[in-house]
Amino acid sequence: MLRFLIRRTLGAVVILFLLSIVTFLLFFGMPRDPGLLMCGKTCTPANLANIHHVLGLDKPVPEQYWIFLHNLVLGSNGFEQGPCPAPCFGYSYHTNELVWSTLMDRLPTTVSLTLGASICFLLVGLGTGMLAAWKRGTLIDKTVTAGSMVLSSMQIYFLGPLALAALVYQTHLFGKPSYNNFTGNPVAWFTGLLIPWVVLSTIFAAQYTRMARSSMIEQLQEEHVRTARAKGMSRQYVFFRYAWRGSLIPLVTIFGIDLGSLLGGAVITEYTFGLPGLGQLAVQSVFFSDLPLLLGVMLFSAAVILLFNIIVDACYAFIDPRVRLA
Amino acid sequence: MKEEVVDVTKDEATLPAPRDAAADGPGEPLLVVEQLVKHFPVKGGFPIRRTIGAVQAVDGIDLTVRVGESFGLVGESGCGKSTTGRLITRLLEPTGGKISYRGQDITHASRKQLAPIRSEIQMIFQDPYSSLNPRQTVGKIISGPMEINGIQPSGGREERVRELLEIVGLNPEHYNRFPHEFSGGQRQRIGVARALALEPKLIVADEPVSALDVSIQAQVVNLLQKVQKELGIAFLFIAHDLAVVRHFSHRVAVMYLGKIIEVGDRDSIYTRPRHPYTHALLSAVPEVNLDGTDEAQRERIRLAGDVPSPISPPSGCRFRTRCWKAQDKCATQEPPLVQISGNRPGHLTACHFPEEPTVEAREEDIVLDPALAALEDTQPKTGGAGD
Amino acid sequence: MTTVTKESGAPAPAAEDAFLSVRDLHVSFRTEDGVVRAVDGLSFDLRRGRTLGIVGESGSGKSVTNLTILGLHNPMFTTVEGEIVLDGQELITAREPELEKLRGNKVAMIFQDPLTALSPYYTVGRQIAEPFMKHTGASKKAAWERAVEMLGKVGIPHPKERAKDYPHQFSGGMRQRAMIAMALVCDPDLLIADEPTTALDVTVQAQILDLLKDLQQEFGSAIVFITHDLGVIADMADDIMVMYAGSAVERGTVDEVLRSPQHPYTWGLLNSMPRLDSDLGTPLTPIPGTPPSLLTPPSGCRFHPRCGFRGEVGGTRCVDEQPLLPLGRGGACHLTAEQKRTIFIEQIKPRLR
Repeated sequence: MLRFLIRRTLGAVVILFLLSIVTFLLFFGMPRDPGLLMCGKTCTPANLANIHHVLGLDKPVPEQYWIFLHNLVLGSNGFEQGPCPAPCFGYSYHTNELVWSTLMDRLPTTVSLTLGASICFLLVGLGTGMLAAWKRGTLIDKTVTAGSMVLSSMQIYFLGPLALAALVYQTHLFGKPSYNNFTGNPVAWFTGLLIPWVVLSTIFAAQYTRMARSSMIEQLQEEHVRTARAKGMSRQYVFFRYAWRGSLIPLVTIFGIDLGSLLGGAVITEYTFGLPGLGQLAVQSVFFSDLPLLLGVMLFSAAVILLFNIIVDACYAFIDPRVRLA
Repeated sequence: MKEEVVDVTKDEATLPAPRDAAADGPGEPLLVVEQLVKHFPVKGGFPIRRTIGAVQAVDGIDLTVRVGESFGLVGESGCGKSTTGRLITRLLEPTGGKISYRGQDITHASRKQLAPIRSEIQMIFQDPYSSLNPRQTVGKIISGPMEINGIQPSGGREERVRELLEIVGLNPEHYNRFPHEFSGGQRQRIGVARALALEPKLIVADEPVSALDVSIQAQVVNLLQKVQKELGIAFLFIAHDLAVVRHFSHRVAVMYLGKIIEVGDRDSIYTRPRHPYTHALLSAVPEVNLDGTDEAQRERIRLAGDVPSPISPPSGCRFRTRCWKAQDKCATQEPPLVQISGNRPGHLTACHFPEEPTVEAREEDIVLDPALAALEDTQPKTGGAGD
Repeated sequence: MTTVTKESGAPAPAAEDAFLSVRDLHVSFRTEDGVVRAVDGLSFDLRRGRTLGIVGESGSGKSVTNLTILGLHNPMFTTVEGEIVLDGQELITAREPELEKLRGNKVAMIFQDPLTALSPYYTVGRQIAEPFMKHTGASKKAAWERAVEMLGKVGIPHPKERAKDYPHQFSGGMRQRAMIAMALVCDPDLLIADEPTTALDVTVQAQILDLLKDLQQEFGSAIVFITHDLGVIADMADDIMVMYAGSAVERGTVDEVLRSPQHPYTWGLLNSMPRLDSDLGTPLTPIPGTPPSLLTPPSGCRFHPRCGFRGEVGGTRCVDEQPLLPLGRGGACHLTAEQKRTIFIEQIKPRLR
């Protein structure tokens, strides 16, 4: 297990390293000059040169990259805005804030939004999917299957505004989605995120319902499940002990990917509900050619996704003793 | 395709010229395998993955298949018999040793160098379901090898395919059908027809009948036997079923954990085996006793446990861990595959302490399985078939 | 159309001393292509302590029959008719909880491939202990001890440690031993073994077959042994039932069926099977053609399209009328007893040398 974690962490570091290079190259391949944006309308060549110098953009790209790596690992006191402890992504060009603290600022919103929704859609999806598998061929199964077909073809940018229009702007049943600090006001935290949660879970749960159902039905046809029945184990016991465990494996895979990408910054979701999370930050960084912020968001999101990949693989070993982590 | 054919003739010059046709008479060696080795690497290690061991699938085997002869290769799963077949047809790259076909060293021959020989060595696979492309018609499947090798038989390819279908006992009218329209036995016939398309000199048949039902199995065995006799094709017949191999092969080699432990003519192997493993294998075959006598006529040997892992095979003689005759010498010295006194020429055995050359029932059964031994000690002995 | 001759009109009552009695069993599956009549009018009896070998090729209905005995077929797609009486209890109409009480307790099963038939997610010990706990109400600890004891009995070395292993840590032969331990843990009266050695190597097969025979002596169970291998059946069984395309075509003791077989299909099986002592001069005599599709089985005698002796019967009897199979010794064939005897002695037996 330890070997597995070390090996995978090393692998993740290599991937992040390569990703940072790609981001750097892409950024400098863009025809936009962040200095020009900061310089404003009354820009003189001297001002621009000064801005470039302050941002370090006048140095060759490899040197800039080296400085970036150095700061990331060791931190830096070389910024005029103030000290920048490791992991240091520098200060945002646009807001002049420390990138790391911006990220940490936005993280709770994204985490609350996606973790809350994940728990909902996982419970609902697995529950209904397994119910359908248990009642296979009955009216319940058919209803669940049909319903999940319809819902899983929905998209967030359709269902989101629809829910907002119906529940907030027309009927005023709920307030506009907002993020409130959980420790400050748990009730406001909950009500503020309720609509995004419901919308997200509706869309995702439908997929999980279908997957859980088919995966469960597949497992129920396994020979070892038949053996368990032949031993005299009850249908419930076999369902929940023998078949269920095997059916989890494909679900864990998909859940890991979903959760990773949601946590890494669900751009459309946050945009739809106007919630200030990591996704919004990513859009903003591209919009303002904000290199430090862009690198920060990119690498942070990637790290989260990689982390969840490792967790998923570790989960396989817990579910299936045949999987040896190495 | 044409281009490749041209290249082939160019490359051929770099190989030693094949012997002239006069040397192709029956009894001449067609395929000679010397010290053939195939190790599959086992990956592992930390922190960087590397090769930490090897599955010794085939570990130094010698065999010769003669022109027009049927050579049987038997053994249990994991003994390396299928790997051997794949090495000879060069579907796998040998780790060591030498394979020569009609005097030509083809051990590491490139695709281009192999091209002229490919048509002479064909393979028949076990699974008649997965070895045929489901999207191709039977005609296309069988004429495929001819197309690849740029062969244009007189009368055209289609005519030749119809002829082949006839030979393997299928209706030539089924030329345009797809594999799923045929039963398992018929599909295996298609596989045979495909192998025959290029008029091969050697067919490597890897468990060609083991996926088939008994009644169908006999049809395919008969077909292969007919092909072998009438067309004079040499066969390397790989199977785990000892009775089928006996029925089909002139000479037989027994493999255990990547080694040939005994080889000889059919009669020697089946009635005068010397290696304890051959004895155990033969005695394990459940047989229908049609003679009407209840008394067991064949010896009864029950080994203990399963075959050890080919990753770390036992030292010395590989069978020693399950052998009732094993002594210290067996652990330290690997027995060479030689002719033991009393054996017929060509009957080679790799054993330090060979058994008597008979398969008759012994005075006392050899029961090494501890559970069986324990149960049989407390019970009256259970004998042959029925009551 | 086909005239089906029922076995002496109405199904015969269960034999007095039969432990398991199957009467006129019909099993059919609904599939996309139509109704598959997997078992079609099957009857047989099995006495305590005896071994019945059911031999047949794929699609003969031998496995389906035995899944039906335990009610392990999928009720959604399957129709079962007839009568299965186990120790006085009718099983086809039995309710699920009653069947659960029987399964693994009075009747146990061993399947073909122990790798897929054992759950990869639980230890071998736990899988063996489970039915013991369920059926005897034993404590977890007692059940575990019983599992270890059973593993020792079937010849697993170091059973105490190996019980904690998962099936994938066992070799093929060991897994099948564990499967046998699991089946015998509640000391069943009937053991159904469905091709238990087909996936094993021949030396391991020999060990497992002998083990089953020895354990049968100790436990006294009746065994239904399903296989396609006549050699295995000759080794294991007391009685043989040969199945073809969903029905039994011949039955009798091992000696009777193997030494004086009465049905052309049995002849075909014997003639197409190479043996270690058969004469190499004579080629095998395969059964021509292929087994029929059970979606549209042949009329009359199911075997008639592949039968070489149809001419001997004459007329269209073989095509029109399904021959009946007596409950005792016999073969379901329209040939007269005299014809059967002469054909076997003159045409079949010489080829068996």
